[in-house]
Amino acid sequence: MATPAPSHARAAAPTAKSSLPALVLLLGWLVPGAGHLILGKWLRGLLLFISIFGMYLIGLALAGKIYLPNTGDVLDMLGFVGQLGMGLLYGLARIFSLGATSSVNTLADYGTKFLVCAGLLNLIAAVDAHSLANGRKPS
Amino acid sequence: MLTHFSAMLLFALFMSVVFGITQRSQPRMMLRFGLFCFGLSVGGVIVASWLMWAIKH
Repeated sequence: MATPAPSHARAAAPTAKSSLPALVLLLGWLVPGAGHLILGKWLRGLLLFISIFGMYLIGLALAGKIYLPNTGDVLDMLGFVGQLGMGLLYGLARIFSLGATSSVNTLADYGTKFLVCAGLLNLIAAVDAHSLANGRKPS
Repeated sequence: MLTHFSAMLLFALFMSVVFGITQRSQPRMMLRFGLFCFGLSVGGVIVASWLMWAIKH
């Protein structure tokens, strides 16, 4: 038996089918914090941007590895999927050849983890913005 | 240059901010959960470090 949605969720849910949640999800993925900014939650958006962009910069400064698709190794493919979560930041790293092609020391390995986790955290942030937009998350 | 410990502190800080904002709805609870995540991360690393030291010695 389905549990009825809480009253605050029903109140916040858009009455007509709206493209806003999808737009928020897409922009939140492309630019960290952008989804929250669109919804007017600028402080959350700013904090998310600083955190995820900070992790991205530290990862690059530590010479973390930027994963490429189709390397054949399962772990590399998982790393690629994780880093793809950074959206445009991953695209910038690829376009300008930022980061390293392999981890050469322990700190560089830390940098790789920073980059992967920045992507995963950005995905969580984008999904959170989507939940705010469709009313699943109250505020 | 970052040391291993300072890199871990920054990682825990940024991770806690994102978790706090995304996993709670009210600002006060966000702050509490963020602090909880940060404390758990840093505390876990310190405990694990001492455990590794004890195993080595």
